[in-house]
Amino acid sequence: MADTTSMNMIQALNSALDIKMAEDRNVLSFGEDAGYFGGVFRVTDHLQKKHGLTRSFDAPISENGIAAAGIGMAVYGLRPVIEMQFADYIYPAYDQLVSEAAKIRYRSGGEFTCPITVRSPYGGGIFGGQTHSQSPESLFTHISGLKTVIPSNPYDAKGLLIAAIEDDDPVVFFEPKRLYNGPFDGWHERPVSPWKAQELAQVPTGKYTVPLGKARIMREGSDVTILAYGTMVWVSLAAAEHAGVDAEVIDLRSLVPLDIEAIEESVKKTGRCVVVHEAPKTSGYGAELSSLVQERCFYHLEAPVARVAGWDTPYPHAFEWEYFPGPERVAEAIKRTMEG
Amino acid sequence: MTKNTPKLSLRVPEPPARPGDKADFSHVQIDEAGAVARPDVSVSPEVTRDLAFRLVRVLDDNGKAVGPWDPKLDVETLKRGLKAMVLTRAFDDRMHKAHRQGKTSFYMKCTGEEAIAVAQALVLSPEDMGFPTYRQQGLLIARGYPLATMMNQIYSNAADPIKGRQLPIMYSAKDYGFFTISGNLGTQVPQAVGWAMASAYKGDDKIASAWIGDGATAEGDFHSALTFAAVYRAPVILNIVNNQWAISSFQGIAGGIETTFASKAIGYGLPCLRVDGNDFLAVWAATQWAAERARTNQGATVIEFLTYRHAPHSTSDDPSRYRPGDEGAHWPLGDPVERLKQHLIGQKTWSEDDQKAAEADAEAQVKAAAKESEAIGTLGQSRPSVKTMFEEVFASEDWRLVEQRREVGV
Repeated sequence: MADTTSMNMIQALNSALDIKMAEDRNVLSFGEDAGYFGGVFRVTDHLQKKHGLTRSFDAPISENGIAAAGIGMAVYGLRPVIEMQFADYIYPAYDQLVSEAAKIRYRSGGEFTCPITVRSPYGGGIFGGQTHSQSPESLFTHISGLKTVIPSNPYDAKGLLIAAIEDDDPVVFFEPKRLYNGPFDGWHERPVSPWKAQELAQVPTGKYTVPLGKARIMREGSDVTILAYGTMVWVSLAAAEHAGVDAEVIDLRSLVPLDIEAIEESVKKTGRCVVVHEAPKTSGYGAELSSLVQERCFYHLEAPVARVAGWDTPYPHAFEWEYFPGPERVAEAIKRTMEG
Repeated sequence: MTKNTPKLSLRVPEPPARPGDKADFSHVQIDEAGAVARPDVSVSPEVTRDLAFRLVRVLDDNGKAVGPWDPKLDVETLKRGLKAMVLTRAFDDRMHKAHRQGKTSFYMKCTGEEAIAVAQALVLSPEDMGFPTYRQQGLLIARGYPLATMMNQIYSNAADPIKGRQLPIMYSAKDYGFFTISGNLGTQVPQAVGWAMASAYKGDDKIASAWIGDGATAEGDFHSALTFAAVYRAPVILNIVNNQWAISSFQGIAGGIETTFASKAIGYGLPCLRVDGNDFLAVWAATQWAAERARTNQGATVIEFLTYRHAPHSTSDDPSRYRPGDEGAHWPLGDPVERLKQHLIGQKTWSEDDQKAAEADAEAQVKAAAKESEAIGTLGQSRPSVKTMFEEVFASEDWRLVEQRREVGV
């Protein structure tokens, strides 16, 4: 068995990049402050020093330019990993990602392809206010031709990032920055524990992949299925405990492609489903999940599918914990679903 | 508040002439052929500042090649260029008609702009990647891309190489150095920069060539492209085709009154050229200059080609509603085909009869291609398998696409 070591999510992501860059000269990394400085969250730390100036470099503050340059490189045959400093700032690149990266293979009849990975710290729970807390995943899951991946722990973060880089399609890879240094279950008044204590922080030092499109059952249970990803995986685990319900908590890991089999199997077993995400409720990815569960598990459902999500407001600063769907809100939804 | 200043007023640029007015191009400053100096390719960008407000021209009013930019092309190359331009025009005319006959849903001509794409296609190698807009069909035609295949795309028939997925004229031809065309304006320019960065990163010798119209230079992607091209010294040629019109908006709406489009390069530290786009030799020479800079690691060049969009913007457009009907006839740089023809005739290597023969040959080629393509089918008569609608969204279909394909019954 390969050597493992304890890593936080930042170190795991850094390790994934390091390994891919060492293995494949076509892999390079760039973004704002992502070169010499190693990234504002240190994910690209030391990569420039180790792999060279042209392989891990700084970019102008231009998200559309970064995306477009990455797309052009991917079309050439490279496997660029670009960084958007915060998911809240990915919108200038939206045209490039939606109209271009997502559609190049399709519109060229397969002549041109775009194997790019777009890394971006995402999610709230850090007093980031409006523009350092957003969860824009549903703006990408709605786009044909894009894959969307969100890890919840160091082991998956590394394996999924390597898989994303090796994937021949464009992948939007959102990193829950709330989880960079340790798991966060939403009990914000309690001390935060580091990753070290977690089994999923034991990360192989060498190469491995976690396949895209495969969910992870974080907690087996028989009463209700909780579908979550990113930080909400840890909140859901805490909520299940708080509610005292034998919940099955599924970490979707990738939203597109989605592990529909794991979802169906679980909901058919439990007969109940709660969908949890940080992003605002209306037209969030939870609506898609809820619809899929309703379409596929209707005759197994014993209660309406519940959704716990961020409110339909911009992400506020002072009201962080009223906005963030914490364990109490999730637990309430679980209990309501159990009564249904 | 100060009371004795006039009230503010908003200026909205208007073209010098509207329908019913006399065409007016007095604002277009034109240098004599041969008047603009040709700096060495290793020149520092600031030395080209003056060139941003001049006009590089080789062919004079008598069709004679003059001055330092004369690329001194051999007769065969000149004839090849002329024939490719004639063929491009014949193709456009035929496809415009095909639209009127209901054979396709849409078409866009490049009439009057043929020299730009054709000359550049011949200067650059198909190994170099062109990132064209929808008005550089001359790139494909000059490189001998099969006309019938272009038509198959226009008809979205069973032989359409992009499988009926794209609006007509949004070609994709990798082997011909022609990047898949997108409907979203400007996006291809910073992509070309990225492609060029990749070539440099790999230590290869390929360069990229990007195209954008005057109107689309107002897009943010244009700014990013110039910034990235300068910052990373990318081996790319950034072509701006200033044909005076962006659908119904004259180039002043894009910022063309205040300055030239070439001059936009100055602020980015990129060298620029402003070139007579209807002068095949000038286009050739400018492209060669920029290509040499790129290939020798000296970075990007911005070239503004001055030309005029003679045709409607597209088959969905009626220019008589926003510009004088005869405006094109007054365009001071004339017609690119006519000017190259006169040059060859002046050299006594070509004649009006040769021209007629070339036109007849082009029409015959287009007709033969149309016959071949229409035998497969025009729009609605033939199309690729519906199954292909679900393919190549990803490298392999995911379960949703499989289910949805089955729902359609294919």
